[in-house]
Amino acid sequence: MTFKRSDGRGIEEMRPIKAEVGVVPNADGSAIFSFGKTVAIAAVYGPRKMHPQHQQDPEKGKLRCNYNMLSFSVDDRIRPGPSRRSTEISKITEWALEPVLLIEKYPNLVIDVHINILQADASTRCAGINAAALALAHAGIPMKNLVSSVSIGKLDKQLVVDVDKEEEDFEEGEGSTDIPITMTPEGDITHIQLDGKISIEELKEVVQLAKKSVKKIYEVQKKALKESVKL
Amino acid sequence: METAKVTGERIKSYLSTGKRFDGRKQDEFRDITIETGISEKAEGSARVKIGNTEVIVGVKLSVSEPYPDSPNKGNLMVTSELLPLSSERFESGPPKFPAIELGRLIDRAIRESKFINLEKLCIKEGEKVWSVFIDIYSINYDGNLIDAAGIGAILSLKTAYLPKYDQENEKVLYGEHTDQKIPLSEELPIVITSHKIGGNIIVDPTIEEEDVSETRITIGGSVEGKLFSIQKGGIKEITVEEMDKLLEMNDNARKKVYSQIKKYL
Amino acid sequence: MSDKMERQIVIPGEVIAKGENYLPGSGTEKIGDEIVSTKYGLAELSDRLIKVISLSGIYQPRKGNVVIGKVENITFYGWVISLDAPETSFLPLQEIPRYVNKGDLSEVLDIGDMIVAKILDVTSRGIDLTMKSRGLEKINEGIIVKINSNKVPRIIGKEGSMINLIKKGSGCEITVGQNGLIWIKGKNIEDELLVKRAINFVSEKSFTNGLTEEVKKWFENEGKPINE
Repeated sequence: MTFKRSDGRGIEEMRPIKAEVGVVPNADGSAIFSFGKTVAIAAVYGPRKMHPQHQQDPEKGKLRCNYNMLSFSVDDRIRPGPSRRSTEISKITEWALEPVLLIEKYPNLVIDVHINILQADASTRCAGINAAALALAHAGIPMKNLVSSVSIGKLDKQLVVDVDKEEEDFEEGEGSTDIPITMTPEGDITHIQLDGKISIEELKEVVQLAKKSVKKIYEVQKKALKESVKL
Repeated sequence: METAKVTGERIKSYLSTGKRFDGRKQDEFRDITIETGISEKAEGSARVKIGNTEVIVGVKLSVSEPYPDSPNKGNLMVTSELLPLSSERFESGPPKFPAIELGRLIDRAIRESKFINLEKLCIKEGEKVWSVFIDIYSINYDGNLIDAAGIGAILSLKTAYLPKYDQENEKVLYGEHTDQKIPLSEELPIVITSHKIGGNIIVDPTIEEEDVSETRITIGGSVEGKLFSIQKGGIKEITVEEMDKLLEMNDNARKKVYSQIKKYL
Repeated sequence: MSDKMERQIVIPGEVIAKGENYLPGSGTEKIGDEIVSTKYGLAELSDRLIKVISLSGIYQPRKGNVVIGKVENITFYGWVISLDAPETSFLPLQEIPRYVNKGDLSEVLDIGDMIVAKILDVTSRGIDLTMKSRGLEKINEGIIVKINSNKVPRIIGKEGSMINLIKKGSGCEITVGQNGLIWIKGKNIEDELLVKRAINFVSEKSFTNGLTEEVKKWFENEGKPINE
C-alpha cells in the first residue's frame, strides 16, 4: 500500500526548509527558520547579567528561552501573552539546547533566547528550536555542536516526516501521533515528546527516521551560518 | 546602552544648525520599505521597515457579540507587543506602558478617523458583528516604532479579506477567504510623531535622537490635513510658536510618507 | 588541510583538522585526533595552532585592554562603570590620577559620564579599572560610536594602520575601546560624523582584502582625499 500525503510529499520528504541568520540587527545573534508555512524567528541577547538576582547561578551560565506565538500566526487569534502551552515549550526548548551549550564559564550570567512564531502550520516548536540553535551559534556562544529538530508523525499506521497542520488533525484509522525530536548531527537525542498512540517497535523506527531527517536540516543550518559571511 | 551624554550634546548642537547625524532634513523620514501579505494566517498583514526599525502587523477577524452601547457596529481592538526579541531594552512579562500606549495611539487614529466603517461589519444587530483585531509586534527597534506601527496597521487593513462566515453553524471558515474587503473609508489616518529636541522639531527619530527627545507629539491625520487624534508625551512643555511649526512639519512629513506608501494601498 | 590553510568560516562541532600536526587553540577542542570548533567564527592557522576567531557575540574583557565606559553608579570607594559587557566594572578611588575628596566623587565623575580606562584585572568578582596612565581620561566632548567588539582589530588595522589612516583623513582624535565603543573628537561635528561613517564602512567590510585601498578611495569619494 502506498500512502498518499495530502500535499503530495514523499513520506520522508520535509516541506521546503529555509534558514537565514542575522535577521534582527539589534540582537547578539538571530535567525529565521521555516518548514513550509511554519515560520519561527529567534534572537539571542547575552550572556548578560541575570535579573532577578536570586536566579543567578554562581556555578554556571543559564539559558533562558521564551517561546511565543504571534496572535495572528494561527486561524483563531491567540490572546497575546504567555500560556500554559508556551511556558512548557519554552522549557522544553531549553532542555533541547542545553546539552550542546558550553556555558559553564559564564557564572551568574544568562543567555536569553526569544523565539517568536510568525506563522504556524504545525511543528512550530521544532522550527523554533532550529532557529534558536542557529541564533545561539550566530551569537558566538560556545557550543559542542548544533542541534536540529523535526517532528515525525504516525498517520494511521504510516510514519511520515515533518507533520503539517492538516496531518496533525488526521483522524482516520489510528489517527495522528506526533513525535517532535531534537538531535545532534550525530544522532544524540536532546528532546523527544509524543502525543498519540504508538508501539515500542514503531517508536524505534521513528527515532531512526528522525536521525536521517535531522542530518538534512543540519546541512541547511550549516549553510546559513557559513554563507552569512563573505570572505 | 543608552546614548552617551556627550553624543546627545552633539546631536542637539548639530540640530540647532538644522542638521541631523545621518544627513536627513528635519521633516525627512528614513527609507521606508514595505511588504504586505506576509502572513497566510492573518486576514491582512504587513511588514514595515523605517531604516533599521521593523514592525510586523496583522489583522484577524472573528465574529462576536457587539458591545451593548453599539449594537449595530463591529468591534475594533488594537494591541501591541514590544518584543524582547527586538531590543535589549524590552523585557519579557506583562505589557508595560510604552506597549499599551502604542496600541492606544494607533487605535485612536483609526477609530476617530472612522477609517473602518464599523456599521458595515454588523451581521445581525445586537447579536453578531465582526471583530477586527489589529496586533502590532516590534521586530527591531531603532526609534519611531509608533509611526511604523501606524503604517503597518493601515496597510494590513487595506490588504485584508473577510473570511467566509457559515451563518447556519455560526462558524468562521478561516482559510476560505471571500473576495470581500474590510469596508474602509477614503480618509486614511497616517500617524506621524514629531519630537522636540532642544528648540528644534524633527520627525522619525533614530534611537539616539529618541534618547535625547524632550517631548513628542503624535498626530493621526489625513493627507488632506484633517486631524483625528493627538497625544503629547514627555516631560517638557512646548510653546505655541513651536506647536505651530510642529503642525506644519508634521503635515509635510505625512504627505511625503503618503507618497511613499500609496502604491501599496 | 595544508600548512597554508585557507581562512574559512566554521560552525560549532565542525572538524577543522585531523592528525597530530595541529594544536587546539581558543574556540576549539581536541577530540581524539581531531581539532573541533566550539564556536562560529573564522578558523585560522598560525604555526601549528588552530584557533577560531569570533565574528559576533559580546565583549570578553581582558587585562590591559583600553576600554570606554559609562559611570553607572557612585559608591563610597569609587565608581561603578558599565562597559556594555555582562560583568560589572569598578574604578576605585585610588586609581584616579589625582586626589579626590571622599565626599566629592560626583564632582570628578558623575553618573552618565563617559571615560577612557584600562582594565587592571579581571576576577571572579568583576573587572577592576584604572585611569592612571597616559590617554586615560574623562570624555568631555565628541561623539561615541558603538561597533561589535569583534570588529575592533579591523578598525585598528595592522599596527594601527587603519585607524591612523582614518585619523589622517579626518583630522580627528580617535580612541578605540576594545569593548567596541569608540570616542571621536574633531574640530567640528562634520569631521566626527565623517569618522563615524568611515568606521561603519570598515566594520561592514571586515573580511575583504585590500581594505586600506578601499578606505582611501572612500575618503576620495567623500571629497576628502588623503595626501601621503
